[in-house]
Amino acid sequence: MMSELYQDLILDHNRAPRNRRVIEHPSHEADGHNPLCGDQIHVYAVVRDGVVEDVSFVGQGCAISTASASLMTEALRGRTVEEAEAIFKRFHAMLTDDAAIDGFPEDGLDKLQAFAGVREYPMRVKCATLAWHTLHAALAGDGRVSTE
Amino acid sequence: MALAALETIRDQFPILKETIRGKRLVYLDSAASTQKPDVVIDTISDYYRHSHANVHRGVHALSQRATDQFENARRLLQGFINAREDAEVIFTKGSTEAINLVAASWGRTFLQPGDRIMLTEMEHHANIVPWQVAAQQTGAEIVVVPILDDGSLDMEAMAKLLDERVKMVGVTHVSNVLGTVNPIAEITRMAHAVGAKVLVDGAQALGHLRMDVQAVGVDFYTMASHKMYGPTGIGALYGRRELLDAMPPYQLGGGMIRSVTFEKATYAALPDKFEPGTPNIADAIGLGAAIEFLSPRLEEAHHLESDLTHYSHERLSEIPGLKIHGTAPGKAGTISFTMADVHPHDIGTILDSEGVAVRAGHHCCQPLMARLGVAATARASFALYNTRDDIDALALALRRVREVFGL
Ligand SMILES: Cc1ncc(COP(=O)(O)O)c(C=O)c1O
Repeated sequence: MMSELYQDLILDHNRAPRNRRVIEHPSHEADGHNPLCGDQIHVYAVVRDGVVEDVSFVGQGCAISTASASLMTEALRGRTVEEAEAIFKRFHAMLTDDAAIDGFPEDGLDKLQAFAGVREYPMRVKCATLAWHTLHAALAGDGRVSTE
Repeated sequence: MALAALETIRDQFPILKETIRGKRLVYLDSAASTQKPDVVIDTISDYYRHSHANVHRGVHALSQRATDQFENARRLLQGFINAREDAEVIFTKGSTEAINLVAASWGRTFLQPGDRIMLTEMEHHANIVPWQVAAQQTGAEIVVVPILDDGSLDMEAMAKLLDERVKMVGVTHVSNVLGTVNPIAEITRMAHAVGAKVLVDGAQALGHLRMDVQAVGVDFYTMASHKMYGPTGIGALYGRRELLDAMPPYQLGGGMIRSVTFEKATYAALPDKFEPGTPNIADAIGLGAAIEFLSPRLEEAHHLESDLTHYSHERLSEIPGLKIHGTAPGKAGTISFTMADVHPHDIGTILDSEGVAVRAGHHCCQPLMARLGVAATARASFALYNTRDDIDALALALRRVREVFGL
């Protein structure tokens, strides 16, 4: 049961997060904050012609939020903004909606399936979606987001 | 506590028979809220089945019955903390509302520009924010007593900061993070020597140790029923009559009025002056039952919880990478800890999957978290139904955390 939540993939991305770096001249950026656990994240994105060319984050958080941020950056790079928003919607549904359990069968996104176990721990949904909410706010031009 | 006695105590808490994710429930989150014994649950449902009506209003028999039980609960609380009279016990929603009442009513009336409100670095937000607002409204300022590295109050620093500018000292009796039991009798003496009043936040104390408000001499003492085996939604403020009499009402409405015309109102005597509207009758009566349950067992509970505190410090110290925050002598059964780089929320979730309930977060003590240099801690806390088995289960589950994180 626990192995379902803290899978090797999540633990690996927590230990060695991908794209945890500053982007000097982002076209979009936002701060995210989870006041309950003190998680802080800053997300950067470079969007050109409607395509997310680069996306990264810096910040501190729990294993679930760090791994989620890391896997998000891998999943979304090279996608259009519309695709990114659609993936966020599906990701959120996978964590909260029983009907959406088979969230990401397709290649390139299948790693996101690792977070399906969060559904068993509703208190942790905010951890798993903090980076996503923050990117969403960045793309929408809101500089700040709190998961309260 | 003898094993047989412990078994019968555990038997009185029906929730302890629950299983969590197929495992025995190991409930180590009593500092957030204790579980309730049968007698409290039954008292509340009996009240609704046999005695409910509005209090202080009807001329009929049920109203009298409800009023008698409600006022009896107040007397039980009075006796429990040894207040001089029952009118000095004001029912509130909890400790938070009790502090808000004093900060708003006493604070706005008696604080002046340049006055100081002294708080400590280990206060709960409930004993910080109401004073910040009172300070903003009156021009008073807040000064903060630091803690030492073991989590005890820096009494030397307090002595230095304490002068005639200080009009109120707000201090928690027991820290909900560090477990520190503050020397409130000494603090009260020091504060009174410079003419300051003292408010003690008793939320974390009354379920675990005996308090005598007259012997200690505090001016205000706040209480949280749900942390002392009673129901949620009820608590109390103790205040010395002379102070409560001089304070204006906090909220206004029915039941707290002696006479009203559209020009003016004169207020009722204590405690009604501070209890407008229909009170939380059932839960006040439930709190009374909790006191009858707790009071005869309090010394035994204190003894048991000290043993569990010692034992858990021993067991947790064996776990590599685990750091306990708060090691003051005589501390209460509240153990905050962090573990290498593992975020406390991850610790909490993995413990939960093993059936072990702890709290993880900042515990409404962000200034204290900043002092400790952490964003959050995990916290195990005990009550009279816990056993050494529970601590062993905690230690085992913490080893599981190390395994999962490859530590
Ligand atoms: C030290 C302290 N003060 C105040 C409170 C708030 O008490 P209540 O829940 O009764 O409002 C708590 C509980 O969360 C606490 O631990």
